[in-house]
Amino acid sequence: MGTLLKSAPPSAIFGLVVLVAVALTGIFAPLIAPYGETEVVGGAYQPWSAAHLLGTDNLGRDMLSRMIFGARNTVGLALLTTALAFSFGAMLGMLAALKGGWLDEVMSRMVDVLMAVPALILALMLLAIVGPSIPNMIGVIAVIYVAPVYRLARAAAMNVVDLDFVEAARLRGERTPWLLWREILPNIWSTLIAEFGVRFCFVFLFIAALSFLGIGIQPPTADWGAMVKENATLISFGDITPLIPAAAIALLTVAINLIVDWMLHRASGLKS
Amino acid sequence: MSQLQKLVIGRMFLGILTLFVVSALMFVGIELLPGDLAQQILGQSATESTLAAFRAELGLDQPPHIRYLDWLGGVLHGDFGTSLASGREVSDLLGIRLANTMFLAAYAAVIAVPVAVVLGLLAALWRNTLFDRGVNLTALSAISMPEFFVGYVLILFLSIKAGVFPTLARIDSATSLWDALYRTFLPALTLILVVVAHMMRMTRAAIINVLASPYIEMARLKGVPQWRIIVSHALPNALAPIVNVVALNLAYLIVGVVVVEVVFSYPGLGQLLVDAVSSRDFPVVQAVGLFFAAVYITLNVLADIISIVSNPRLRHGR
Repeated sequence: MGTLLKSAPPSAIFGLVVLVAVALTGIFAPLIAPYGETEVVGGAYQPWSAAHLLGTDNLGRDMLSRMIFGARNTVGLALLTTALAFSFGAMLGMLAALKGGWLDEVMSRMVDVLMAVPALILALMLLAIVGPSIPNMIGVIAVIYVAPVYRLARAAAMNVVDLDFVEAARLRGERTPWLLWREILPNIWSTLIAEFGVRFCFVFLFIAALSFLGIGIQPPTADWGAMVKENATLISFGDITPLIPAAAIALLTVAINLIVDWMLHRASGLKS
Repeated sequence: MSQLQKLVIGRMFLGILTLFVVSALMFVGIELLPGDLAQQILGQSATESTLAAFRAELGLDQPPHIRYLDWLGGVLHGDFGTSLASGREVSDLLGIRLANTMFLAAYAAVIAVPVAVVLGLLAALWRNTLFDRGVNLTALSAISMPEFFVGYVLILFLSIKAGVFPTLARIDSATSLWDALYRTFLPALTLILVVVAHMMRMTRAAIINVLASPYIEMARLKGVPQWRIIVSHALPNALAPIVNVVALNLAYLIVGVVVVEVVFSYPGLGQLLVDAVSSRDFPVVQAVGLFFAAVYITLNVLADIISIVSNPRLRHGR
C-alpha cells in the first residue's frame, strides 16, 4: 500500500486526499457539525460570522452544518445507488453471457431501449409515475444505470465463459451461482472496479442535478444539489455562499476522475 | 434495394420502434403502481367519489391497452390530451415553449460546433504541447462540473459583478431577435461550455486516430508540410467521425437544456417538464418526455447512419 501511494502522481494524491476528507466528514458528520442538520438556529440568510462560519440558509439553518450532513447524504446515497446498479447489472450481465439464448436476447433488447433514451428524461418520466422520494429516486436511478453495467459485464464475461476452466466447472456439475461467483466474477473484477469509479461520478452528478431540480432528495434532508437551489436567491446579491455546495460537487467529481485516470493508467501500464 | 439502403431503413425502423416502446413504458409503469394512480396522487384522505371522478378524468376506468391506443391515436392527430394541472390542451402549452427550447439549443450549437472542432483540430495538431494540455485540463474540469454550477458562476461574474448580461433569460413573443440573443446569451454560454468540452475531446481523439494511420506517416516521410497533411490527408478521413461526434453531442445538448432552463428561468420545454414532474401532470410529462426522447433518438440514428454511409467497412460488419 505504501509503495503504491509513493508511485501515485500528485494529481491522484490530490484526488485521494479530497476523497478521504469527504468520506471522513460524511462518516463523522454528527460529531463535526456545530449544529443539527435541520435545526433552525437564527434568522434567514445571515452573513458569515464566528457563530455561523458560512452563515445561515433560507430557513435560518446553519450552512456549514448542512454542508457537513450533505456530504453524508449526497455521497452516501450516490454510493448506495451505484452499488445497487452494479450488483444487479453485473449479475444479469454475467448470467446473460453464461446462459445465452432467449434470456440473453430479451435482457439485451430491454437494455437497448433503456440506453436509447437520455437518462435524465427517462428518470424524470419514471419519477413522475412513482412520485419523488428518496427510495423512489434510488430505485429509478439504479434501474437506469443497470443498463450500461449490464452491457459491460456481459461483454467482459463473454470472453471468459468459453474458456476451459469454466467448461471444466460445468462438467463437474457446479451450479449457476458457483459459476457466476467463483469462475466468472474473479476474472472480470478489475474491469468492473474501474467502471465503478466512472459510474459513481455519473450517478453522483445525476442525483445532484435531480435534487437541484427539486425531484431528488427531498427537504428537509440536507443535500448539496438541493442547497444550491434553496439559496439561489443569494447569488443575485453577489453572495457566493450558494455556490459552495456546487463547488463541493465539482471538486469531488474532479477528485474521483483523477483517481480513476491514475488507476486506468496503471492498469494499462502494467499490461504492456 | 442496395445493402446500404436496407441498413439505413433498418436503423430508422429501430429508432421508431424504440419510441413506441418508450411511449408504452409510461402506461405500463402506471399499471404497475401499487394500488392505483388516482389514490397515489390524491392521497389517503380522498373520498370515493373524488377518486371515481379523477379516475374517469385520467381514463383509468379503461383497460391499459385501450388507453394506450386512444392516446396514440390522439398523438397521431396532434392531440396530446389535457394538462391535469392547468386544464389546458397540452399542444397549446407545448407550442411556444418548443420554439424557445429549439432557439436556445440552436443558438448554443451554432457557436459550439465550430469552436469545438477547431479546438480539437489544434489540440490534435499540437499534441502534448502546453496548448494541448491546457485545453484538455479545462475540458476535463468543465465535464466534471454540474451544469447548474457553471450557470451560477456565469451569473455571478458576468451578470451580478460585471453587470453585462441579465440574470434571468425571460423572453416572449414581443422580444426582438437581437434582444433575445442578448438575453439568452448566458444560458447559451453555459450549454456551450459543457458541450464544447465533450465535443473537443472526441474530435481530438478522432483526428489522432487518423493521424496514426500508415498513409499519414507515408505523407510525412515524403516531406509534405504538416498543415497539408492535416487539411488534405487527415481531414477528409476524419470528417465522418467528426460529424458523428457532432451529432452525438447535439443529442447531449438537448438533455443539458433541461437543467440550464431551470437555472435561468427560461420559458422552455425543460422547465415545463420539471414542473410537470413535481405536480405529476402525466399528459404533459408524457408529451414533453417523448419529444426529448424523439430528438435524442433521431440524432443518434443520424449519427449511426452517417458513420455507416461514410465508412464502407461498417456495411459488411458482423
